Amino acid sequence: MAKLELLQTLTGHKGIVWNVSWHPLGKMFASCGEDKIIKLWSKEGEHWVMKTVLVDGHQRTIREVSWSPCGNFLASASFDGTTAIWDKKSGQFECNATLEGHENEVKSVAWSPSGQLLATCGRDKSVWVWEVAGDDEYVCEAVLNIHNQDVKKVAWHPSSDILASASYDNTVKMYKEDQLDNDWACIATLQSHESTVWSLVFDKTGKRLATCSDDKTIKIWQEYNADNQEGVIVANKDSIWKCVCTLSGYHTRCVYDITWCHTTGLIATACGDDIIRVFKEVDNSDPNAPSFDLICTKPNAHSQDVNCVQWNPSGNQELISCSDDGEIKVWKFTED
Amino acid sequence: MTKTADNVNPHVYEKGSEREITATERDEDVLDEIDEREVFDLIRNINDPEHPLTLEELHVVEEQNVFIDNKDNLVRVYFTPTIPHCSMATLIGLSIRVQLLRALPSRFKVTVEVSEGTHVSEHAVNKQLADKERVAAALENNNLVQIINQCVANS
Repeated sequence: MAKLELLQTLTGHKGIVWNVSWHPLGKMFASCGEDKIIKLWSKEGEHWVMKTVLVDGHQRTIREVSWSPCGNFLASASFDGTTAIWDKKSGQFECNATLEGHENEVKSVAWSPSGQLLATCGRDKSVWVWEVAGDDEYVCEAVLNIHNQDVKKVAWHPSSDILASASYDNTVKMYKEDQLDNDWACIATLQSHESTVWSLVFDKTGKRLATCSDDKTIKIWQEYNADNQEGVIVANKDSIWKCVCTLSGYHTRCVYDITWCHTTGLIATACGDDIIRVFKEVDNSDPNAPSFDLICTKPNAHSQDVNCVQWNPSGNQELISCSDDGEIKVWKFTED
Repeated sequence: MTKTADNVNPHVYEKGSEREITATERDEDVLDEIDEREVFDLIRNINDPEHPLTLEELHVVEEQNVFIDNKDNLVRVYFTPTIPHCSMATLIGLSIRVQLLRALPSRFKVTVEVSEGTHVSEHAVNKQLADKERVAAALENNNLVQIINQCVANS
């Protein structure tokens, strides 16, 4: 029997907690929300405690926080239209750079695996790619106006500079820099969801992508290169992304977030029905038509919508979640 | 900025009667679940953004279009714009949603939608009202919050 055991409930935020983000070493995480405050949490003995509060960085809701791969920088995206970069070069965390350019709400921010690039997206329908140009300096490399609605989430491929974005226009787009002219261009459109795509996550290989949507489904997409053995036609491109699995009938409301553990391969979801679910790929399932089993359901994980779930990157099967109810919860997953 | 209302001469209906409070409802020992009428009472006196009339008087909201499921904590309200191209539909829906978010216990999942077939942009309006991130962002816009507060002031 697989189960999610609650280790701790963390309170302190006022109002909606929109996002939680693990530090790359998995010993600390950041949280943010409606109260315009970022809190940093780490363990003291057996217990998680709040160590630092970052205030005065934003004028409105902080929608998302994201650690750089080196763990020295924290980026925060806000409804105030800016993205702030925090570091503790001075000894304590301070905001040392602010990225401005989006016309209104910034909804997501993500660092590339090298830490040299940053992506942001927002209600102005655009995706921005920023380059780390030096100490506290960030230069806009590209503004991608490809989606025709609100862009909800950006995520980088785990090992190369390929960017994916999810939108209110029901699609996912992927982008890459053209090596010839250094221009960023859309290289794929993933179309199959029937409503807003709220979040997306790559598996550890970067050959698969999982997306979650207001249409109450999860979709698994797989990349096929031009020389694929499966006979998938790839015309005039390096590769195409194909939906190889749709998980429907499990979630009863909008699915707000999805996390894919790079150690265990387990997928967890955050849903508007207050439930956290864990899915596992069936052993020996067809790689071109994989099936996933729902192995764990945690009803009333929170007393309101679950907004975000994140597996601990250390692979220790710890999961953090946050909710409209103002709480953050730390869970331990076990499977006998 | 004087703008003519979309529907300058809407049909005005009679207000319904006040809810009668029964003896059982006064009895503290009887479990009294929230019913359709109570939800309707929360929204019937919301003012129309364009007329000095309530949503009840314009039949934008009606008790028969309110649904509640106490077991699963669901509330669903359908509203009917007075004309199919009403530009205020999103604002009216937002006012209803805000009023219910403020007044109902937080365990309820509230859905506010346009009555089927009564608005030209029905799908777009419904999608926007269902997007809690957009609603949250809208509620940080002071101008918009002022307008909504005026609409729900008498509720």
